[in-house]
Amino acid sequence: MSDHPTGIKRWLFTTNHKDIGTMYLWFAFTMLFVGGAMAMVIRAELFEPGMQVVNPNFFNMMTTLHGLIMVFGAIMPAMVGFANWQVPLMIGAPDMALPRMNNWSFWILPFAAIMLVAPMFMGGDFMDGQGPAFGWTFYEPLSGQYDKLAFFIFAVHLLGFSSIMGAINIIATILNMRAPGMTLMKMPLFVWTWLITAFLLIAVMPVLAGVVTMMLTDKYFGTSFFDAAGGGDPVLFQHVFWFFGHPEVYIMILPAFGIVSQIIPTFARKPLFGYASMVYATAAIAFLSFIVWAHHMFTVGMPAAGELYFMYATVMIAVPTAVKVFNWTATMWKGSMTFEVPMLWAIAFVFLFTIGGFTGLMLGVVPVDFQYHDTYFVVAHFHYVLVTGALFAIIGGVYYWMPKWTGNMFDITLAKWHFWVSTISVNILFFPQHFLGLAGMPRRIPDYALQFAEFNQISSIGAFIFGGTQLLFLYIIIKCIKGGDKVSDEVWEDAKGLEWEVPSPAPYHTHVTPPTVK
Amino acid sequence: METEASAKTRVTNKKTAGKLLIVVVAMFGFGYALVPLYDVVCQVLGIGRFADIESGKYDPKAQEQIVKEMAANKDLTRNVTVEFITVLNGGMKWEFKSLQKEVVVHPGVMNTVDFYAKNLTGRDVIAQAVPRVLPGNATKYFTKIECFCFTQQIFKKGEARNMPLRFMVSPALPKNINTITLSYTFFDTQPVALK
Repeated sequence: MSDHPTGIKRWLFTTNHKDIGTMYLWFAFTMLFVGGAMAMVIRAELFEPGMQVVNPNFFNMMTTLHGLIMVFGAIMPAMVGFANWQVPLMIGAPDMALPRMNNWSFWILPFAAIMLVAPMFMGGDFMDGQGPAFGWTFYEPLSGQYDKLAFFIFAVHLLGFSSIMGAINIIATILNMRAPGMTLMKMPLFVWTWLITAFLLIAVMPVLAGVVTMMLTDKYFGTSFFDAAGGGDPVLFQHVFWFFGHPEVYIMILPAFGIVSQIIPTFARKPLFGYASMVYATAAIAFLSFIVWAHHMFTVGMPAAGELYFMYATVMIAVPTAVKVFNWTATMWKGSMTFEVPMLWAIAFVFLFTIGGFTGLMLGVVPVDFQYHDTYFVVAHFHYVLVTGALFAIIGGVYYWMPKWTGNMFDITLAKWHFWVSTISVNILFFPQHFLGLAGMPRRIPDYALQFAEFNQISSIGAFIFGGTQLLFLYIIIKCIKGGDKVSDEVWEDAKGLEWEVPSPAPYHTHVTPPTVK
Repeated sequence: METEASAKTRVTNKKTAGKLLIVVVAMFGFGYALVPLYDVVCQVLGIGRFADIESGKYDPKAQEQIVKEMAANKDLTRNVTVEFITVLNGGMKWEFKSLQKEVVVHPGVMNTVDFYAKNLTGRDVIAQAVPRVLPGNATKYFTKIECFCFTQQIFKKGEARNMPLRFMVSPALPKNINTITLSYTFFDTQPVALK
């Protein structure tokens, strides 16, 4: 431990990809609990019809911040954390391409998060909800009415800077720093999905920066991009936002695909089925994500030709996505499967993400979407893809690689409890929301009609169990860092990949002389 | 100690980062380019705020011609209900209403409806009304001959007055449309002073 500073300076000044990866993951975990606590407030308020816990504006603030924090604070940083830890290990590079920028892109994040939530504690009564309360999609003209909008805008700018710098770093690392013999088509799929994700990031995060800059000048400098009084158009906001927003959902899910594509072959003891088709499917999904954005706004009043185009393009995404699901299934087919903890999460991912994918198809069909739009059906859909999709892959990835990071095996019994309680409760939480949505319960409301009471109570009970169970995850991680059964370098029986060839725990510097890939 | 190979990689990394940075800047610009692009698409399709331009609002000569043609083909056997909605933007302190909630008209026949507005803001206001016709595909069959929305309306403090709307529904209006809703939103054009 003499080759790097110790104490707080180690973390402030570090340019080591493992340190930065660790910080990203802890930051994401912290944000998961902050956003999760907000979700608990939401579910507590919705436990019964009528107003009990918070007032409507505070409720709106909770839904808004919950969404923003989970997207930009939890899922995205967790994926970047994995990229930092794993990409250099998996391609045989000694570190990330631009280590100083790497430090910077992490350290922007905590400040962005503070700017995002700080307005909650400013101005009048806390319980009136002083923070942003216009939904995570911050549609104009509603968001333009918010008096502390500048905080929100600059927080988004900072998040954008952080993501863009992270993405540039990942691309440069993957393109320039692979070990000799590691051709592009030999790269582990996690590296491939992150390469494509990083390109999505540098393509759409600047558009997000642009749209919030337009909001900024609209509100404070007299422009009229979205202000109808000055000749602007609020519908334009939705187009520009979703031009960013749809690729954004793939930014969150593609690395999850990558993690699952690493885990399943290990425990099925077979190489990934259809590797090349997986790569092309990922690229196809990324391409399609740019040309389907208006399916989020079918009810805005588009010409029928536009609705049809966006419907067909949207449904087309099912093809490459199905290629992936079938490939995972085929990888498991006739494999010597064992059900270690990471594999449990990966299998749950395949099942539950596919449910979310199917409801996505339903929402992509225009006449049906007119009924489902802005109902709890949408909420159920995107929580299936983001919680049982992205988050489950993240948790599975943590269990998969944590022994390599710490040198210790986690408490397997507790981890299995964590898996089973989470998987059951998350379905209690989100499955009834499909029914609520089909029955017509709108999203983003603090109160509802009596007939929705039972399903909401079931959902809330599931939420409290699911939320509480994640504290067990925290305990398991801390316990694993502090000690546990020592693991071999390989960790998992016959695991393939360069990351399993370095010692466990992974030393501070790895692949100093590049390994050779046959 | 830096080897020659790693020094070379450093240079390549900087080059890659530079190229990617250009993409970032270009995409920021593209976000802004979506604004005029959106206008072009709306103009080509004749939707959004360009819907009224297509109905001939900005070309008096062409409009005269259109009105003449419509009047020649008037259809007294067909009844179309036209409803009026009045909206004030962003909590604007005005009174604004149409004197008739709805009228039943014949296609090709001129109609006049009065709207009433009163300025309650306690200051002089230059206001602009923005119309919207629903359903959207009825827009081009609804022609406004005279409208208070064509120009900005100056209201002195406390002033109240009636404003006329003269319009004609085209005989070419698709048969399945029997009700047209015309919505006006009044905007205060002076930016509100920041708190």
